[in-house]
Amino acid sequence: MSSLNQKSLLEVRDLLQAGEVTAVEAATACLQRIDATDATLKAFLHVDREAALSQAKELDQAGPDPDKPLWGVPIAIKDVLTVDGMPATCASKILEGFTPFYEATCVTGLKDAGAVILGKLNMDEFAMGSSTENSAYQTTRNPRNTERVPGGSSGGSAASVASGQVFAALGTDTGGSIRQPASFCGCVGVKPTYGRVSRYGLIAYGSSLDQAGPLTRTVADSAVLLSAMAGHDPKDSTSANEPTEDYLAATLDRKDLKGVKLGLPKEFWGQGVDPEVEAALLRAVNTAKDLGAELVEVSLPHTEYAVSTYYIIAMAEASSNLARLDGVRYGHRDKDAQELIDMYVKSRTQGFGEEVQRRIMLGTYVLSAGYYDAYYRKAAQARRLIRQDYLDALDKCDLICGAVSPVVAWKMDELIGDPLKMYLMDIFTSPLNLAGLPGMSLPVGIDSAHSMPVGLQFMAKPFHEADMLGAAHALEQAIGPMAPVEPV
Amino acid sequence: MTQYETVIGLEVHAQLNTESKLFCPCSTSFGQEPNTNVCEVCSGMPGVLPVLNRTAVEYAAKMAMAVDCVVNEHSVFARKNYFYPDLPKGYQISQYELPLAEHGHLDIEVKGETKRIGITRIHMEDDAGKSIHSASDNASYVDLNRTGTPLIEIVSEPDMRGPEEAVAYLRELHAILVNLGICDGNMEQGSFRCDANVSIRPFGQEEFGTRAELKNMNSFRNVQRALEYEIERQKDLVEDGDKVVQETRLYDADKNATFSMRGKEEAHDYRYFPDPDLIPIKLDPAWLEDWRKELPESPQARKQRFLDQYGLPEDDALILALDRALAQYYEAAVSAHNEPKMIANWMLSELLRELNQSGISVSECKLTPEALAELVRIIDEGLISGKIGKQIFPELFTQGGSAEAYVKDKGLVQISDTSALDAAVDEVLAENPDEVAAYKGGNKKVVGFFMGQIMKKTQGQANPKLVNEILAKKLNT
Repeated sequence: MSSLNQKSLLEVRDLLQAGEVTAVEAATACLQRIDATDATLKAFLHVDREAALSQAKELDQAGPDPDKPLWGVPIAIKDVLTVDGMPATCASKILEGFTPFYEATCVTGLKDAGAVILGKLNMDEFAMGSSTENSAYQTTRNPRNTERVPGGSSGGSAASVASGQVFAALGTDTGGSIRQPASFCGCVGVKPTYGRVSRYGLIAYGSSLDQAGPLTRTVADSAVLLSAMAGHDPKDSTSANEPTEDYLAATLDRKDLKGVKLGLPKEFWGQGVDPEVEAALLRAVNTAKDLGAELVEVSLPHTEYAVSTYYIIAMAEASSNLARLDGVRYGHRDKDAQELIDMYVKSRTQGFGEEVQRRIMLGTYVLSAGYYDAYYRKAAQARRLIRQDYLDALDKCDLICGAVSPVVAWKMDELIGDPLKMYLMDIFTSPLNLAGLPGMSLPVGIDSAHSMPVGLQFMAKPFHEADMLGAAHALEQAIGPMAPVEPV
Repeated sequence: MTQYETVIGLEVHAQLNTESKLFCPCSTSFGQEPNTNVCEVCSGMPGVLPVLNRTAVEYAAKMAMAVDCVVNEHSVFARKNYFYPDLPKGYQISQYELPLAEHGHLDIEVKGETKRIGITRIHMEDDAGKSIHSASDNASYVDLNRTGTPLIEIVSEPDMRGPEEAVAYLRELHAILVNLGICDGNMEQGSFRCDANVSIRPFGQEEFGTRAELKNMNSFRNVQRALEYEIERQKDLVEDGDKVVQETRLYDADKNATFSMRGKEEAHDYRYFPDPDLIPIKLDPAWLEDWRKELPESPQARKQRFLDQYGLPEDDALILALDRALAQYYEAAVSAHNEPKMIANWMLSELLRELNQSGISVSECKLTPEALAELVRIIDEGLISGKIGKQIFPELFTQGGSAEAYVKDKGLVQISDTSALDAAVDEVLAENPDEVAAYKGGNKKVVGFFMGQIMKKTQGQANPKLVNEILAKKLNT
């Protein structure tokens, strides 16, 4: 790995702005790193070498621009987000060959800030999964241990950042899909408040839950990206008309945790978490205390209903969101079908993987006449209670913290045959999406049993991303950030 | 023999004539090349999101207020899920549990009696595209130009008791929509579509019979005929001891019959749920107040005013008041020349005939209301005769411009110059001594002959009143 690849985004950005590294050099370093590692990692579905280098060349010709906080920084994008002119498959056969002519607003935000887009990253098909094993194309490896999964669904993003292929990647988080792979691979992953970042151009899984966010190696790096992505978008009615902040300045300002009340939900601690994981988390919490944080116990009493509530709502929305993939206008169509229903059934059966089909069927079921009240309506009610739990807890503290995942990255194939067990792994992440609040994963150490990274989750009040990033940054400074690794 | 009562409820879909579609900036214009008024949003590409058209909400709310609905300050869009190639998202964005407006009513007149028809709800939704099935190459084509056009669905209570009431309700609803200027009302192009739920029950029975839903009736006349057919069909079934099946039936205008489209076993489960891509519609009461103030006079109120203010006969007032553009034309003409009855007569006879023949609307008409008023005025003033007026009307209608200038230019002005007329009368009398003698002998009828000769000599332009006076003077001295 070249020394450039080991640098943080903030460091490389400063070198680019100072003219000590050109945009082409930065892009080339990343492309070389991808060439060297991706045969093993399989993080990328699509590397757009030509587009990246020509974009970098254009930047170099114009020269560094201090108004562009991501000038020349190579970044890669999860394949669920549309980039104008690049394929967007969502790791699904049904979208094989589909190239959008429009672009996710958050991607345009990064481009406007000067970022160079290298390509598209692997994921669980349509963001459905927690291990990236549900990709129709390839299985991404965890760079810390290639026999283990990188987490999911943004597994390609986490693996790419953690292995030094790119300085940052975008992921999306519907029930933990940024935070959990960040935790599994040992990088920082931020899920903003629902509505903080436009969903326009994000191929929807659960529309009321989805948020795009950054995965980076440091907290400050995520803050830079969030500033370029956040804000109201007239093309997304659910995007919030709340003012944004200079997230980087707010993050770097925070040197300690004096005056910060950290809420530890009793439902997140002491039960259901692997003891090695909990030990690593407790060490981090104690460090936070040393930095001045006050620890308080809080309660999230409806946590036990979160996973079932989450899956009912996410699958219901997915069953409808994925209906447009019908083989009529774009994507896979069975060539031999003789009539309409036959064409729908064959195209969709061939195009969607097993997990996606399972979720479409379950989602269809919970919305059906006679079942809607028992499932969807009940889940919508439970969702309001869960959100209220979080808001009540956040009245008693500034940030909630706990595990991201009850376990470290598991081995390939270990859980893929037991979908229900895999669903239950979302216990600490999915309620936050139901509540619509911001959360993030900070790598706080390596568990002694498996030598795999452990992520601590911070959760904050709506639109209080700056508080969360600042506290995580202070703790990161005390613990030390994770360095990129060679895949082993 | 059992007497049956008919029960009809109507669902009307009206296209709102906004410039752009309900959830994207594409144009709603009709008759474009297939798939040209289309973008990534209305064609259902992956990752796109809908953004609500504010004007469509305003239009829908105005219709709701015009039929005395309660407009909900909080309403919600829901997805209606089903698969069809002309439905690119795989769902229609509609409203379900919380519609825009509810609890309205409309008064109709049938056989001189007023009846109140309840309106259950009015909700907003986006239209689907069009499927075109081609027999020549055994293929189906999809045109998405119409996809996403804003619609309102107006659902009535099952309050109508026969086809006449149903048609009266539809005509009234149609007039209100067009009067508001929010729908062009074109039934052939599908801007105003209607489905009917029809059932029969023995007189006196409380509960409703099993209903059939009729579709594909694209004119008022077809609605009437389809309903008549369906009622007879249901009566025959019941009389024969059979049962009416709950189903959707299509009306075939050529055969004048209804045919089963799909049975209940194929009925869709639309899996409605709130659309997570759209936030609830929140209507500020101040906006509603503003919109209410902007509501135009209703056709019914206008008709009453025409009766009171202009003293028009009932039928004339109704025709002129129902269509807002025609009413505006009428009132502009009356304000230019205050002869309300004369102007009404000219409009109802000459103008409407020309409009019908040329197939254009009154707003496209070249003859301005001021020019029509001028025509009536110059007839009143004796500049031309009414007969000449009728003769030149088609010309004025197609060309436009001032009536007075036209008749002067064409030399059609009546000769009212007494000296000129004196000469003409003298000539005619001199040329026809026998008839003069006959007159003097007591045959007063020859006056008509003299008049004819004088008109001939003056190419019909002699002022007949003056000619009569001069003739009387000369013959009786």
